[in-house]
Amino acid sequence: MSVLLEAKNISKHFGGLKAVDGVNMNINKGEIFGIIGPNGAGKTTFFNICSGIYAPTAGQVVLEGKDISGFAPEKIARLGMARTFQNIQLFKYMTVLENVKIGFHIKTKTTMADAILHTKRYKEDEKLIQEKGMELLEYLGLQNLAGTRAGNLAYGVQRKVEIARALATDPKIILLDEPAAGMNPNETASLSEFIQNINKDGYTVAVIEHDMKFVMRTCHRIMVLNFGEKICEGTPEIVQADKLVNEAYFGKGRIARGEVMTDGNA
Amino acid sequence: MKELMKPVSGTLDTIRSAFLKHKKLCLLIGVVLSILLPLVFPGGYICGVFCRILFYGTMAGALNVINGYSGQMCLGVAGFFAIGSYTEAILATKFGLSMWVCILLSGIVSMIFGAVLALPTKRLSGIYLAIITLGFSEVIRIVCLNWTGLTGGTMGIKDIPAPTLFGFVFSRPRHYYYIFLVLAIIFLFCTRRVVNSRIGRAWMSIREDELAAKSLGVENGTYKITSFMYGAFWVGAIGAVYAPYVSYIDSTLFTLDTGWNVLAMLIIGGQGTLSGALVGSTVINTLTEALRSFGDWRYVVYALLILVVMWVRPQGIAGASNSILAGEKEQKVKQDAETKEEVC
Repeated sequence: MSVLLEAKNISKHFGGLKAVDGVNMNINKGEIFGIIGPNGAGKTTFFNICSGIYAPTAGQVVLEGKDISGFAPEKIARLGMARTFQNIQLFKYMTVLENVKIGFHIKTKTTMADAILHTKRYKEDEKLIQEKGMELLEYLGLQNLAGTRAGNLAYGVQRKVEIARALATDPKIILLDEPAAGMNPNETASLSEFIQNINKDGYTVAVIEHDMKFVMRTCHRIMVLNFGEKICEGTPEIVQADKLVNEAYFGKGRIARGEVMTDGNA
Repeated sequence: MKELMKPVSGTLDTIRSAFLKHKKLCLLIGVVLSILLPLVFPGGYICGVFCRILFYGTMAGALNVINGYSGQMCLGVAGFFAIGSYTEAILATKFGLSMWVCILLSGIVSMIFGAVLALPTKRLSGIYLAIITLGFSEVIRIVCLNWTGLTGGTMGIKDIPAPTLFGFVFSRPRHYYYIFLVLAIIFLFCTRRVVNSRIGRAWMSIREDELAAKSLGVENGTYKITSFMYGAFWVGAIGAVYAPYVSYIDSTLFTLDTGWNVLAMLIIGGQGTLSGALVGSTVINTLTEALRSFGDWRYVVYALLILVVMWVRPQGIAGASNSILAGEKEQKVKQDAETKEEVC
């Protein structure tokens, strides 16, 4: 298995606050990698560093052997990393299809002259994004909503549209920031299935999530952050049994008193 | 008051959807009518008004690309207008260049200034960008006022030659009307195509959510610069026809008032729509003529009009009621209603 995304000793300090502190991580090609941790553990900051929204204070982000630390987000997107956001950032006033069409931005090459003169390139590009866009929506089961304004959709569906938009960039790896937040158990289950499906179709997925059931069921490997530091990494079984992880989630006292079983079942 | 204006807003929505339904027919009627207008009303005064409607409308349309489509806050339209006009005036009087060539050259010069303005400000937005562009407009005016060697300073540039085409001299407002009309049609044609392409979508994505656009690989800086360049090009091109039309230009024609005027037309007409700028220009210019007898009091009427429009219909007269500009509050109400429908 080859390493797709690698974080080498990543730190991000906001003044005196060490939001992320010396985190190492390898995500292999074809895997679903989970990042968990209590609130404020630095998970989203870590994602923001990987996708270029923040530059790391120290350390390197390496995508397919190429050092991308400090690159602009749009450049990283071009190199094959797509992401969704914790608080959904759809183009709310555009239709679902238009949202996805913008996702195809880096896949098209129309220039202003092409657009004004309606050259062959323009027609090919428009045809491509229309067809591929609809194809993608069908793949996610959203084809009936193509003409609906994104802001009018239900929360769970908006999450799906955001994933569709990210997939439109044809990424090598897709980072999902709390995709199950605000979903009911049924929606969460279908999201888990969905992520496993796109993973089978060849996408590498990194996912931040709070829902333990979801993470344990979906991810191949999990990294646990606490106060900006990595405290554990491994398969769901290893993470569930880890003492530090249980302490971080349940507190030392409760474990000592035997109120929590350390096999992860609270 | 707001309740009172509801039916008006509703009627505008109905007109808008009727227009969108029969777009081709409406456009055809519009073009035919605008070609016939100067033949029916050949008077110099009334054709002058038509000219103003057209060139202000096109200028507001160009500003619309920057402010409406890509969501930047540019207040410096008068600066680009001055650059276009002065370029034409200087090239025509000192080098004897034909106006037809100058339209393109003025556009390009103005476009370069657009790039120069946008390049260092690509990280700014909102009020900060507004202040910089405002300053830009004033700087251009002051340079025009003081660089006597090039621009004639306070004396301005006079005797700008009238353009000719196959021996026909464009000397009257009704002749210029057709130049402005052709420019407006070319502008609308090009802009419609650009807006409905990858570039237009990138502009709108920046307007809607800059962070999301970045994460999808849209180079925000580049597209902000392109939108400034595109808008500036057309304002410059209009300036190039404006100079021989008035035949004498000086810096007083390009004060901030001109910029506010164009901006007011855009806001009243509706940002982010192609027809909005022309609608706004028609409303404001017609009002200007209708209220001429009131003197300076007509500015109070403008102010009231802007207030009412911002209050009742923030998306502008021709704006879509489901656009980002229509305001969050009303959106929420509508959204709830729509979601309910979907559930049922």
